[in-house]
Formats: sequence, C-alpha cells, structure tokens
Amino acid sequence: MTNQEIIERIDRSIAEEFEIDPGEMKPEKTLFLELGLDSLDIVDLVILLETAFRFKIREEEGIRKIRTLGDIHAFVIQKKNELESIPR
Amino acid sequence: MPLKRVVITGMGAISPFGRGVDTLMNALLSGESGVRFLHELADIRGIRTRVAALVPGVDPGEIPRKYRRSMSAMSVFASLAAGEAIAQAGLSGEQVRGGRLGVSIGSTIGSPRTTQAFFDDFRIDNSVERMKSGVFFQIMNHSCAANVAHMFGITGRTVATAAACSTGSLAVGYGTEMISMGKQDFMLCGGADEFHPLTAATFDIMNAASIRFNESPGKTPRPFDRDRDGVVCAEGSGILLLESLDSALRRNTGILAEIVGFASTSDPESIANPNAANIAHCMRQALLDAGIGPEGIDYVNAHATGTELGDIAESEAIRSIFGDRVPTSSLKGNLGHAMAASGAIELAASVEMMRREILLPTHNLDHVDPLCASVTHVREVTPRRVDTVMKNNFALGGVNSSLIIRRFRQ
Repeated sequence: MTNQEIIERIDRSIAEEFEIDPGEMKPEKTLFLELGLDSLDIVDLVILLETAFRFKIREEEGIRKIRTLGDIHAFVIQKKNELESIPR
Repeated sequence: MPLKRVVITGMGAISPFGRGVDTLMNALLSGESGVRFLHELADIRGIRTRVAALVPGVDPGEIPRKYRRSMSAMSVFASLAAGEAIAQAGLSGEQVRGGRLGVSIGSTIGSPRTTQAFFDDFRIDNSVERMKSGVFFQIMNHSCAANVAHMFGITGRTVATAAACSTGSLAVGYGTEMISMGKQDFMLCGGADEFHPLTAATFDIMNAASIRFNESPGKTPRPFDRDRDGVVCAEGSGILLLESLDSALRRNTGILAEIVGFASTSDPESIANPNAANIAHCMRQALLDAGIGPEGIDYVNAHATGTELGDIAESEAIRSIFGDRVPTSSLKGNLGHAMAASGAIELAASVEMMRREILLPTHNLDHVDPLCASVTHVREVTPRRVDTVMKNNFALGGVNSSLIIRRFRQ
C-alpha cells in the first residue's frame, strides 16, 4: 500500500465513521475544533485505524500528540513502515 | 406545603403504526393491527411465537451523530417522542434547558440488541479491543432518560424508572409527584423499549406468549377474548410533557388533561402472576389519591395484555370496584405489548379519547371470555364524553400502577 493509498483509506474511513463531508478531509484540519470529534470519538478512531490497518496502537505514546488529520496520516504511515521493516 | 396541580401539555408517540400521536389515533380509530409475522423469530430454536409489533418508518439518521452514537433504537424512539411532546407543549429553549424541566423515562432493561452485539463480538476471542465508546451508553439502565436529556440539553432531574410493563406509568406517576411537590415545573415522562427475541422468549417460556396466530398476526393478541393465548411483544415509546398548572396557565398553553391520581403497589404474592385483590388494592389507592370514589371514573383503560390469567385478574379487580358500570377496553389488541412504552402510549391515547369524546374498543375481542364478562367491554368505536379515566398497568415482578386523568377544569 502506497502512502497515498494509506491517506485515502484513512480519510475515507474517518469520513464514513464520523459522517464528515469528504470535502472537509484536509490534512491541516484539527480533529476536535474543525472536524468536530471529541474524546469519545478518539476511542472509536483508534479502533477504526486498528481494524483498517491491522495493528495495535491504543497504548502508543504518539497517539496523544495527534492534533490534525495530517498527524494521523503521518502516524499511520510511520507505524506501517515500522512494522514492515521488522524482519518476519 | 400545598401540592401543585399537574397537567399534561404535550404528548409524543412512536408506535407500531409509526410516528406521532395522530398516526397512532388514526390507526386505532380504523381498527388496525400493528402485529406482523417476524421471520427473525422463526430462526430461533425453542421459541414458538412468531409475531411482534415493530416500529416502521423511523430513520435514526435524522438524529445528529453526536447524540445518536450513544443511542440504541429505544433511545431513538424516546428522543423522537420527546421532541413531539416538547413541540406540542411549545416550550422555549430556555424552558427546556433552564433546569426546571426534568426527565423521568424508563425502559425494561438497557438495549438488548447492543448487549447482544457486544457479547457476540466479545465471545469471538474474549476481547474488548473492538468495543466502541457508545456501548455502555446504550446498555446502561438509564439510557433512554440520559439520551433524551443530552439531546435536548435538559439540566433538571433525570430519573429512569424500571418496572417492565409498569415502567411508563411509574415514570408519569413519579414525574407528577415531583412537579406536585414543586421540585420541577416540567417533566418529560414515559417509557421506551426496543424489540428483541429475549422479550418474546421471556413470555413464551412461561406459556404467556401468543403462539396460535402466527399465520394470522392481526388476530392476536386478543385481550379479554375467550380465544386469547398470550402476549405479543411490541416496541416504541410514549412520552408526555407534564407541567404544573400554574406554569401552564402562566404560559397560556393548551392543557390536554390533568393528572389527578396515581398509585403504585407491590404484589408479593407472585413475581409473575397477577392477583385480583392486589390489583384492586392499587386501583383503590389511586382513587384515594385522586380524592374520588369509584363513581367518579368514566372509563378504564386496562392493562389487559391477552394472557389467560392476567385478563381475568384485572376483570375481577375492575368488577370488584366498579361493578359493570364503567366501560373498559385494552389497546393491546391493536398495539401488542410495548412493555416499558405501553403505559405512556396508552395514556396518550386515553387523553386523546377524552379530548375527541370517543372510546376505542378492544381489538380482536370477538367473544368475551365468560371469566372476563363481569365488566362492560367497549366493543366498537363509541362516541362518548368521558371526564375521568383510570389507566392501569401491572408488571412482571409484581409492580402495579394506576393513574387517573381528568378533563381539565379550573
């Protein structure tokens, strides 16, 4: 999966789950103030990402630093890269 | 401290006939049945009943996601019914949010559908890793009350009654008492439930669910009829906006009826079976609360669910107090039994009967059971002015309730 495909998958999943206009899904948008999510939604967002990308991130420190949609893109891409660099 | 008089100024209903009190009344006046064959039940081993009365035409999507995420179907029903009641009462945003409006809405249990969905997923691998944040808010016992309060921004009291079939009536009764004592000026009161096979099975295993009319759903349930064979489970919500008379007069709003009596009693004889003497005791307590004698009641809206024992016990109780003087009917022949919602839906219909000066009959009452024949049954839509109505509900668990409403006069 390319980085662009990852971004598109994230945007599509979040827009669908949280009923956000796809046109609003811009990297600079803040999750709470601009996309209208709250702390309960973040619980569901983590499950959404874990299910979509088949990794576990709930305990990751990096999640707490996420503020914007772009932060999610970067976090997921980095996580995917980490997992793919681990020898199987 | 003098008690305040309490009136009904708004009503809402989500019923097996769809949305709104008018829709409900039109269907009842036309003698329609909300009962349908349910394929879902046919796939369950051990259950014999195949009929239920489900709510059609409700799209949860009209409720904003922020509120909907914590709602199961029962809270959606309650919220839509509450919206109708608030609109009819004409409450302003300030009156809704200002702290003088409280909520008294219950359900039999928290959402059985969400509970099942959670455990279905949990049992796959003994994991809660996929548990979404809305689960608890849908299965908690005060889900309907809390969701209604949340959606409308209500900041007064929140109480969630839970007494199965008496839930809605208790919610109205306790809401009445709170206003009467001056603790709130307005209360949104009622009940809601969503259908789940667990509810039908509960009655089925006790041989109290209707099983002989699976191929002719509209013929069941049959309250007071000699061929009745049990309950048909339903779903929906009934919500009434109660208000102190002082407030209603000050607002110059339409008064639909006054609540003049309420009683609830426990029946320790049996946790499941109704007892005529204890039912009668509850009805007498309601008369006492209203300060009127049996001669003051013009119509009884019965609980009568169509079970063999319950309908006989209620008939005996009504006869022991009123003789054969007071016309009586049950709306469950049309509606089925919406459990926690039934009391409030039927109360709303009773208010409308009083306003429209008609009495609705018991649907499917073709041949009155001789053991239920000691009361006067309403057999057809009957033009009749009634000023005072008793509304009964009796619950599994032995919780009885009777409300008395009266046409408003100064």
